[in-house]
Amino acid sequence: MATRSRTDSGRDASFSTISGEAIKPLYTDTDLPPDPDAAIGLPGEFPYTRGVYASMYRGRLWTMRQFAGFGTAAETNQRFRYLLDHGQTGLSTAFDMPSLMGHDSDHPRSLGEVGREGVAIDTLDDMETLFADIPLDRVSVSMTINAPAAIMLAFYVVAAERRGIASEQLAGTIQTDILKEYIAQKEWCFPVDPAMRLVTDMIEWSSEHMPRWHPISISGYHIREAGSTAAQELAFTLKDGLTYVEHALARGLDVDDFAPRLSFFFNAHIDFFEEIAKYRAARRIWARELRETFGARDERSLLMRFHTQTAGVSLTAQQPLNNIVRTAIEALAGVLGGTQSLHTNSFDEALALPTEDAVRVALRTQQIIAEETGVANTIDPLGGSYFVEALTDRLEELCYEYFSKIDELGGMVEAVKRGFPQREIADAAFRYQQELETGVRKLVGVNAYTEGDDHQTPILRIDPELEPEQVARVRAVRARRDEQALAGALSALENAARDPRENLMAHLLTAVRADATEGEMVQTLQGVFGGYMEAPAF
Amino acid sequence: MRPGPNTLRLAPMSTSTEKKIRVVVAKPGLDGHDRGAKIIARALRDAGMEVIYTGLHQTPEQIVETVIQEDADAVGLSILSGAHMTLVPRIMELLAEQGVEDVVVTVGGTIPDDDVQELKRMGVAEVFTPGASTQQAIDFIRGAVRA
Repeated sequence: MATRSRTDSGRDASFSTISGEAIKPLYTDTDLPPDPDAAIGLPGEFPYTRGVYASMYRGRLWTMRQFAGFGTAAETNQRFRYLLDHGQTGLSTAFDMPSLMGHDSDHPRSLGEVGREGVAIDTLDDMETLFADIPLDRVSVSMTINAPAAIMLAFYVVAAERRGIASEQLAGTIQTDILKEYIAQKEWCFPVDPAMRLVTDMIEWSSEHMPRWHPISISGYHIREAGSTAAQELAFTLKDGLTYVEHALARGLDVDDFAPRLSFFFNAHIDFFEEIAKYRAARRIWARELRETFGARDERSLLMRFHTQTAGVSLTAQQPLNNIVRTAIEALAGVLGGTQSLHTNSFDEALALPTEDAVRVALRTQQIIAEETGVANTIDPLGGSYFVEALTDRLEELCYEYFSKIDELGGMVEAVKRGFPQREIADAAFRYQQELETGVRKLVGVNAYTEGDDHQTPILRIDPELEPEQVARVRAVRARRDEQALAGALSALENAARDPRENLMAHLLTAVRADATEGEMVQTLQGVFGGYMEAPAF
Repeated sequence: MRPGPNTLRLAPMSTSTEKKIRVVVAKPGLDGHDRGAKIIARALRDAGMEVIYTGLHQTPEQIVETVIQEDADAVGLSILSGAHMTLVPRIMELLAEQGVEDVVVTVGGTIPDDDVQELKRMGVAEVFTPGASTQQAIDFIRGAVRA
């Protein structure tokens, strides 16, 4: 619980971050680290506290990458082209719940969920439609999917191949971060161990065939949205990342062969300085661990490059226009924290998926920060701030405390199986809710300044006819394919799944070429691996 | 079917003469957003209710079975997948088919206003949208179950 304290000024308020870290009235040079040069350094130099590149936004602005996806592949393709036409510089794909869980659109569990929270992708045909007329050799594409990530990547690689674009030319990111699924986002297909094998197979395959591709985006975003503190987001995300490194090394890969392609994804919550400190601490810890623990020699292996998304959870359904302001402040924290790409949420997202108008305001928010405010004129303008450096050190310290606890439990995979991070997050979420309800924390429009609510926000409605259309699409693909080739490909996939020495990527590509659906590939693998069920606890 | 005389139910270890309210907190559908469900489950428990949390990814059939087996007074459905207009009507239908008419059904999630009205017409007692407090949920369930 945050405590109320009365200071000399007499203002009755909680002087602590949103995560509950106490904040002093004043920071001075005595709050700087003992060896500031070593801890802070210069941008583009170890330990990268001030940024991963020497030139940062003087060289190149961050990528403005709005996450989009709803309805069918054709509809999302329209939204993608709208965003590219309005100056967006990269694409980011949101998948619907059935796709995230590995169900085809005509699976009984998919009823009512098709295309609701993202785009429905069941087949190679859908993937080709999704990116029709988009130059995949020039636009970088991000795909937010985890448990069936290897299958979606196989769809993507084959879709590009059919347009004459080799996998070596494809640039972008697929999320693939399965540990945070068990921790926070909770969209899974397989038990933890085989899921980790699939991730490692993908890292191994893409390190050889996709030099411009990030096979994993180690994500704190969902951990934070589930209610974690900033320190928990930092610690669990980095520990997940270090765990993927350990698994890839155990496969016999050289750290410098894959570490430069690992990328990260953080939340930008509303506590401005705490967020900036979080990104700075993250870069420093990652660089140190990669160099000192894993012996990386290639400098690119040490660089934590990350995407940022403003906090959906900070948005309110009450007085929704206020969300534009929240998002702008959060986006600014991401920029001052040195992000490589950014998604800004739309103000209507506490009500429904965003309308086109709301998405445009969100994108314009980034453009205003980039073009009007002047914050991108100099590199890391907050470096050396007594407060920011002290908070960076504090977050680093809290992160290492969590690392020790996780190590005591036998590492992250074991900690996840025992529900440790899950419980820590649920406790933090409950504590925050209590602070809101007791009024220790103020939320404008919700428990303070509640007068004058505007309920007239237009919202996006998903046409219910899209679901039967998508069901018909997947059935049409099933009806027209070569059954014998399909059966052969799925049985080869099944056999490979039984042999842990096999890399599953090649078998998935073959199955995709034979027009296997996502659900069929997932079910084939579940036949060997089993499924996953979380023990309900609160 | 309601649990018959074979169902073993221990008397609550409470000095209160009033029976504890039994609430099932359920997550229908495929979304994994369980922050709200867990917060509500804890808050209801802290308010003295017996809470049964189903866990994630439940089908309407599984939820209705839990409600019956647990002899619940109320069920809180938490949905953030946009599938509420498919899943909630199905749950209401199954409850009616099973002759369960005295269970208070509430829904929580990102539910547009028009859908709130529609859900209430189907017999949902209350819909809690973003920003609702746990105290509102506690007070509502207490009032509705005791009524």
